[in-house]
Amino acid sequence: MIGMSIVKRKPLPAWVMLVIPVAAVFVTLLITSIPILIAGGNVFKAYGALFQGALGSKFNLLETFVKASPLVLTGLAVAFAFRAKFWNIGAEGQLFAGAIMAAWVGIYFTWLPSFLVIPFMIIFGFLGGGLWATIPAFLKTKLKVDDVVTTLLLNYVILHIMGALLFGPMQMEGSSWPRSASIMDAAFYPMLIARSRFHLGIIISLVAVLAIWFINNKTVFGYQSRGVGINLNAAKFGGINTNMVILKTAIISGGLAGLAGVGEVAAIHHHLMMDVSPGYGYTGIVIAMLGNLHPIGVALAAFFFSVISVGAQTMSRVAGIPIYIVGVIEGVALMTMLIFILLTEYKIRWTKS
Amino acid sequence: MEGRILEKQAVIEMRGVTKRFVDVIANDKVDLKLFPNEVVGLLGENGAGKTTLMNVLFGYYNLDGGEMLIGGEKVSFSSPKDAINHGIAMIHQHFTLVQTQTVLENVMIGMEGSFFLNYKKAKEKLLGIEKEFGFHLDPDAVVWTLSIGEQQKLEILKALYRDAKILIMDEPTAVLAPTETIELFETLHNLVKSGHSIIFISHHLQEVMDICDRVVVLRNGKRVAETEVSETTIPELASLMVGRELLERLDKGKSKTGEVILEAKDLRVKNNRGITAVDGLSFVLKEGEVLGVAGVSGNGQTELSEMLFGEVKPEEGEIYISGKKVPGGSLSSVIKESMARIPEDRIKTGLFMDLSVKENMILESHVKEPISKNGLINIKEIRSFADNCIKSFSVKTDGMDAPVKSLSGGNLQKVILARELVGDPKLVVACQPTRGLDVGAMEYVHQAMLNQKESGAGVLLISDDLDEIFLLSDRIIVMYEGKIMGEVSAEEADRDKIGLWMSGVTS
Amino acid sequence: MMSEIFTVTFITGLIAATLRMSTPIILATLGEIITERSGVLNLGIEGTMVFGAALGFLTTLATGNLWLGVFVAALGGIVLSLLMAVLAVYMGLSQHVSGLGITIFASGLAMFIYRLVVGSPIVPPVITPFTPVAIPLLFRIPILGGSFFTQYSLTYITWALIPLVSIFLFKTRAGLRVRTIGQNPFAADTVGVNVNLTRTLCLAAGGAFFGVAGAFLTLAHQNMFLIDVIGGRGWIAIAMTIFGNWNPVMGAVGALMFGFLDAFQLRMQTLGVDLPFHIFLMIPYLITILALISVSRKATVPAGLLRPYRREEKG
Repeated sequence: MIGMSIVKRKPLPAWVMLVIPVAAVFVTLLITSIPILIAGGNVFKAYGALFQGALGSKFNLLETFVKASPLVLTGLAVAFAFRAKFWNIGAEGQLFAGAIMAAWVGIYFTWLPSFLVIPFMIIFGFLGGGLWATIPAFLKTKLKVDDVVTTLLLNYVILHIMGALLFGPMQMEGSSWPRSASIMDAAFYPMLIARSRFHLGIIISLVAVLAIWFINNKTVFGYQSRGVGINLNAAKFGGINTNMVILKTAIISGGLAGLAGVGEVAAIHHHLMMDVSPGYGYTGIVIAMLGNLHPIGVALAAFFFSVISVGAQTMSRVAGIPIYIVGVIEGVALMTMLIFILLTEYKIRWTKS
Repeated sequence: MEGRILEKQAVIEMRGVTKRFVDVIANDKVDLKLFPNEVVGLLGENGAGKTTLMNVLFGYYNLDGGEMLIGGEKVSFSSPKDAINHGIAMIHQHFTLVQTQTVLENVMIGMEGSFFLNYKKAKEKLLGIEKEFGFHLDPDAVVWTLSIGEQQKLEILKALYRDAKILIMDEPTAVLAPTETIELFETLHNLVKSGHSIIFISHHLQEVMDICDRVVVLRNGKRVAETEVSETTIPELASLMVGRELLERLDKGKSKTGEVILEAKDLRVKNNRGITAVDGLSFVLKEGEVLGVAGVSGNGQTELSEMLFGEVKPEEGEIYISGKKVPGGSLSSVIKESMARIPEDRIKTGLFMDLSVKENMILESHVKEPISKNGLINIKEIRSFADNCIKSFSVKTDGMDAPVKSLSGGNLQKVILARELVGDPKLVVACQPTRGLDVGAMEYVHQAMLNQKESGAGVLLISDDLDEIFLLSDRIIVMYEGKIMGEVSAEEADRDKIGLWMSGVTS
Repeated sequence: MMSEIFTVTFITGLIAATLRMSTPIILATLGEIITERSGVLNLGIEGTMVFGAALGFLTTLATGNLWLGVFVAALGGIVLSLLMAVLAVYMGLSQHVSGLGITIFASGLAMFIYRLVVGSPIVPPVITPFTPVAIPLLFRIPILGGSFFTQYSLTYITWALIPLVSIFLFKTRAGLRVRTIGQNPFAADTVGVNVNLTRTLCLAAGGAFFGVAGAFLTLAHQNMFLIDVIGGRGWIAIAMTIFGNWNPVMGAVGALMFGFLDAFQLRMQTLGVDLPFHIFLMIPYLITILALISVSRKATVPAGLLRPYRREEKG
């Protein structure tokens, strides 16, 4: 029988950590060529179509940025929470909360001077997602209820709240579909590049990356938040108000996801509807891990997933590979990255007996 | 020696056993023999490789070199199961019991027999063993309700239930009160008489002299000596163990006591199981003295330190620092400004093991200027602060950016000492400050404590190591079941009396 | 409306639907309890259920054999759990993240395979699903007959599994080992119990349960495979595991409660109660959260949960 054991290895040089995500992506694409082959596709043609579709022209590239924007935000949301060991699996729900708030402001705040509409949407959307995330944070810190489970369950609660709103008070007059009226023109995110959908939200995502980097590295709160994640006891010992740190972490995390919801309403759909997100919140988890919880890593991982998801449409058309290959690639990428990170600290030893 | 080998077959023989971890050689070609009906002491300081060697013998670690013979036959163990099948049992320092299960379930596991559990049959067998060796444990008692001494008996019962003939005991007395130790030694004598052999791991010289027939000394993973106990002396063993002539001889100096710096009044608190852990505790600590709090661990010392550190709110009673009342349950500014806190468990509560050395240095000061201002941290100040800490406490590290987990145990403790002592606080509360450290690091910590006293600080030293208490203290109090059993000045203290107090006996 | 609620047909239908709706959740909860008792949180549950639902459906679609569908779903669940075992047990990766990875991977793979096999027809393909089996004689009892004793075979099997899992955990040799590993893997290892192998077997057993739970939804509850067929039932099972304090009987009680709420909200909708039906859809999730809050302080989490076990580390 062959046994496997995992043993610590000597520390690897720092540049290895930079190579690892690239290697993980490469291995992922290698593994996912198996389902492509099974689907009867030509691997080179399929991946060629994928990258062509995502990066091949200016328009495609800009579309990839458009798609990356919500992914950066949900990825940051999850990464920031996970760093403090607040297991926020609820970015999807927080995104909904942000979208609902954005639609509310965008549709009904007609009394606002038009230059204030977008700032209001952003603030309300951030708060909507942030406050929604404080529920599981409060349950975790005060009542010791497992945050994984509550964040997951609350995704369904907010989904149905949204459903109730869209079939109720927010439903567009005369419509039998669950969709709201359109937001006012002043609430549309401005497009920054002509004849494209390159919108304000993309800039907001990039600012968010910098902001999180700043919080993580330059503020007392960033230090405390990481400390809480690494060792709750030591953080308490050091006089850090750990419950407060978790609560603030939740607000920032949920707020970021909320901003993703704002972007989807204000820049893409221009109204609220049930499928405002095709699972951005869940993909955010993969992105956070693939980016090693680091904001810059998250931005790169989000861009990679955006490439996959935009390119997969072309790949589907050209090579006949079902679009759901995206989910497979996401899952494989996550697992590959996990294993690669593990291998930086440990090595696998095979034993024969 | 030679004669004995001729007349008797060794039950265990380890030849040239080698075990490596990443870049450390934990055991380097160690030889060890165990004969029937004897107690062999395995002596060495912390980190000498005693436990690792025994984990190899127990099949828990794989052998990297050398060979092992049981009853003259070569064996190769890949898991503890193989060792158990050869009649070897190991009683670890940290008990391997399931706290939420019963005594019987803990004994049965791995020896259940039939597919369906037969509790009745198992209970009969267990009670039979208890009767034979004079144990009195209720098979249906849930483990967490048992005292530490009882839990240790359960571990021995587990071994006997497996019909083990060879018992490895890893530092069994570390958790016991002196009277419980005497009881344990009686049990061990009985076992040896009934045909068992025992390997007794310890770094306590007196105990090794008391219980062992023969002793093997390890130092830095190597076997440095083997001798009959009757042919050696404590000083000789000590120098073999640490590789130097003398044990620590510190001049603790005179105490020049000043103002009262710390006062505890009638403190009371329950532990996390709802049992009263500290039960009406009062004491006074003055500047310029070391007050030793002795006691077997688990008698409320942890909870006392948690109250003093501001981690846990006392249910009753008050704490005063320099006459100022400290609000309980939070790290108030009074504690933060004036108390250096050395926590009991440096890894669990003292340090962020995944953060760098410098980030661990600022745990206490990260909200203070100049380390941070208006919520923003100042990297430059952090670097100079950490640099200063590392230099003044000679922390051995690959730099302040190295992860703290890459440091040795002694250097981890130095990180905490540096962080806590850097502002020359007037009050030091240290809980088990040398636990698990080797002699060199231990001496460093002791000297650091005395330096603080020299410079006029009051030092509260909570320790279950009686040697340490005697070495450093000017006054000694003894804790037992959350109460103070007695107080005595260092000059008048005698070990027997303190030993009795530690066992809950006052006379 | 009140009069409609208290008719025999209504009550019979409500009980029957409760039992039907709770079946996949009970199965999944039992599987998760076995897994967590050994110290592994399997968040792959949701994706494994999707995978089982797809695989079971496609097998039956191809062969017309329902039980073969159930079998293949179980097999698929086992395979995914073995992947989980490699990641979270043998490699010791974070159980949270590994499980989520499995869920994302398995959900994607399930859809991918489904599309590959059936293409994108306008009308989704259907199978002839399981039909309820009336138990001779007993089904004639008023109310009880039409509810308890006219159920799918899988529901009967699920009910039988509740005491069986209990007996396994608390009365057998293997159960004692599983519980010990979940509390203190080191203790189990030192008496010669193979910690990682046992955890792997528990994961596999749980995976089979998840797979079948998923297949129940496409082979009995419905007759087709839809994208959101599982709809968070896996997460509910995780919640019920905690609610039931890792005890099969209590976990099943919780699952039954969820099934009841689910069945009740469906009936309220069909009765035309004047509230958006999304409010009803929300209620089971809200009550589940409340249930978790009510037990949070009493919960006795297996002490070894979330902790990978490695022997080769010094310490």
